Amino acid sequence: MELFWYIVLMTMLTIYVILDGYDFGAGIIHLFFAKTEKDKKAITNAIGPFWDANEVWLIAVGGVLFFAFPTLYASSFSGFYLPLIMILWLLIFRAIGLELRGQVQNKMWEAIWDKAFGIASLLLALFFGIALGNVVRGVNLGMVTDGVSAHEPHYFFLPLWNPTFSPQAEHLGIIDWFTLLLGVIGVVALAIHGANWIIFKTNSKLNAKLKKVVFNLNFVLLALVIISLLIWHIIEPKPFHNFIQYPWLWVFPIITFIGIFGLFKVKSFQKDGKGFLFSSLFLFGGLTSTVASIFPKMLPSTNTINPDLTIYNVAAHEYGLQVGVYWFVIAAVLVAAYMVIQYKVFKGKMDDVGYGEH
Amino acid sequence: MEDMLFYDRMQFAFTITFHYLFPQLTMGLSLMIVYFKWKFLRTKIDKYNDAARFWMKIFALNFAMGVVTGIPMEFQFGTNWAKFSELTGGIIGQTLAMEGMFSFFLESSFLGLFLFGEKLLGQKLHFLTGFLVFLGSWASGYLIIATHSWMQYPVGYEILENGRFVLNNFGALFSNPWLMPAFLHNQMGSVITSSFVVAAVGAFYLLNNKHSEFGKLFVKTGVIFGLISSILVAFPTGDWMAKNVAEHQPVTFAAMEGIFETEEGGSEIILIGQPDVENKKLDNKIAVPNILSFLTYQSWDAEIKGLNEFDESVYPTNIPGLYYAYHIMVGLGTIFIALMLIASIQLFRKKLYKTKWILWILMLMLPFPYIANTTGWYTAELGRQPWLVYDLLRTADGISPTVSSGNTLFTLLGFIGLYLLLGLLFLMLAGKIINKGPETTKLN
Repeated sequence: MELFWYIVLMTMLTIYVILDGYDFGAGIIHLFFAKTEKDKKAITNAIGPFWDANEVWLIAVGGVLFFAFPTLYASSFSGFYLPLIMILWLLIFRAIGLELRGQVQNKMWEAIWDKAFGIASLLLALFFGIALGNVVRGVNLGMVTDGVSAHEPHYFFLPLWNPTFSPQAEHLGIIDWFTLLLGVIGVVALAIHGANWIIFKTNSKLNAKLKKVVFNLNFVLLALVIISLLIWHIIEPKPFHNFIQYPWLWVFPIITFIGIFGLFKVKSFQKDGKGFLFSSLFLFGGLTSTVASIFPKMLPSTNTINPDLTIYNVAAHEYGLQVGVYWFVIAAVLVAAYMVIQYKVFKGKMDDVGYGEH
Repeated sequence: MEDMLFYDRMQFAFTITFHYLFPQLTMGLSLMIVYFKWKFLRTKIDKYNDAARFWMKIFALNFAMGVVTGIPMEFQFGTNWAKFSELTGGIIGQTLAMEGMFSFFLESSFLGLFLFGEKLLGQKLHFLTGFLVFLGSWASGYLIIATHSWMQYPVGYEILENGRFVLNNFGALFSNPWLMPAFLHNQMGSVITSSFVVAAVGAFYLLNNKHSEFGKLFVKTGVIFGLISSILVAFPTGDWMAKNVAEHQPVTFAAMEGIFETEEGGSEIILIGQPDVENKKLDNKIAVPNILSFLTYQSWDAEIKGLNEFDESVYPTNIPGLYYAYHIMVGLGTIFIALMLIASIQLFRKKLYKTKWILWILMLMLPFPYIANTTGWYTAELGRQPWLVYDLLRTADGISPTVSSGNTLFTLLGFIGLYLLLGLLFLMLAGKIINKGPETTKLN
């Protein structure tokens, strides 16, 4: 049962990253590359009818985490207190940036909400990357100092940073050079992903330029991924032990690299959706490879006193997990149906949807 | 430690109070938009569709505010109430996860279609998407109140040795006797808010002599919906709720009614007075004898236990707050019924649109259903204190063990600043939409 809900949770998380990821990416592109009013309109039209439903995946991920793995939910949400609340604030700015911009026709009003939308999207991509870094690196569970736990073994609290910014320091911070690297990967990967979505869903004049942007950023992404793999062993002494034990898991890293290398051909793609497909593969592969490397851990412990949080010691009780399967299957079928309807109605190019013209 | 509990409670209270200003309008207004749309489909009169379109603009803005302030609610269970989440997540996580899966996806997927898809979908399908948005928002209310009901009246659980609550009967979460009365009472409260808002905007147009045709439609619709919901919120749903509290939480009942002494021969109902908890008495009392006994048990001399019968350790934490919240709610509810009755009579006599003093009152009443809904929730929540799970888990034992009070104060201040901004923006933009008024179009 734990394994079932773990797979459900990770699937939902991946869907969230792929879907809201293109919204964040579109925000980053909007911030740096959208110069004219037409460019901006194209971008907001491309994500306008979707971003809200995409954000619901985050709420659903939170809900399933709460219900299936309540100890992990309690431990990680209180331990990562400050960045989580800041993510909430940023989500608010992203949303009102998008929704309020079109409400008043005034250049200054529009400029404020354009920046709110763009900057919040950028920081969200950065924060989510940093969050992934924290999960991989692990935390000082039980807040052990000198071999003594200050709290119950599954609780912890991290400040935003420590003075050394080192992932190996005794007192860890949320932002260190390792987690920051993953944050930057998040920004670059989602910028590519968002650009691909805009190319896919619009006939904007921006598209030709965005193809070049994707091509160039893809080099940066490849370099950052290689660097992160080279230093991975500093964080995790045996990064590949799961892959050695279960060789079929290599399929995930292979998908990741298919995604990256596929994108180098972005300039010659005939179909506009192809780039989006490859960046989705990259995100899917990258995320699954990362969690596969630490499985069955969900939050590793950096001390030797308290055990890692794994899918087995943080899960809810058996009966609840079983009964949840029934309603979840029904709900999942419904959600799939909604998505089919939604994307069917808004299929093809979105240039004329008139988002924000209330 | 005391500070931590205080800041955690303040942050939750502040964020949920602000948040619930929006969903109460969302739920009620979705029903009324569906009504306008349905009326348009039946009569083919364009003004109903224009009315639906106009309220959709307010709805979209309001919905966005509800969404952005709603996500912090789900996160805060984990960030600020980690111990509570850990101990009860196996149970309340069920209903909260179901809310995400069943209602938020429904609402958000079809809201996009509803707002941007009228041309693409055609009128009938467009009506259907509106109906689905309504269904999603009410399902969300239902599942949240299922969660709330479990905290008020825990069912279907067992407690393990390590203090964890585990579910042993899923069906019990939904057959909880607390759930149906609370859900219906709350939904009627939300329809009251939307009817008063629609009526107030209509009255504003009539008094201003602009968009008069819409003004009449809004006043009429608002008054009819308002009359029905104001009556239903009191009877049977409110009555049913009060009886539930009297039966299952007698100390809460005594506190919210302001009853200190158990009176032989039946208890009076307190209309006005200030509780003096230190000296266990009520100052400046205006009361009507025996009514409370009759309302609660349909018997003039039924015994109602006063606060003095209970040990102080089980007293609600804030008795005066609870008492005022309850009395403000009930007092406003009574005023709502009276106002809507008078307005309905004038409507029936075809004089309402010219009766200026009623239109003025309808317009100025706009904030009060929000106050009534908020104080109603304060009654429920303060009534449950000092418990998170009634009689089983104390609020003080539910907070996050590792988050310092300084961190919580930091985020509380942040939320206050940010929500102040959101509130101002909402008022400004809603005012702009209302001032501009509905646009008339020709479809037929």
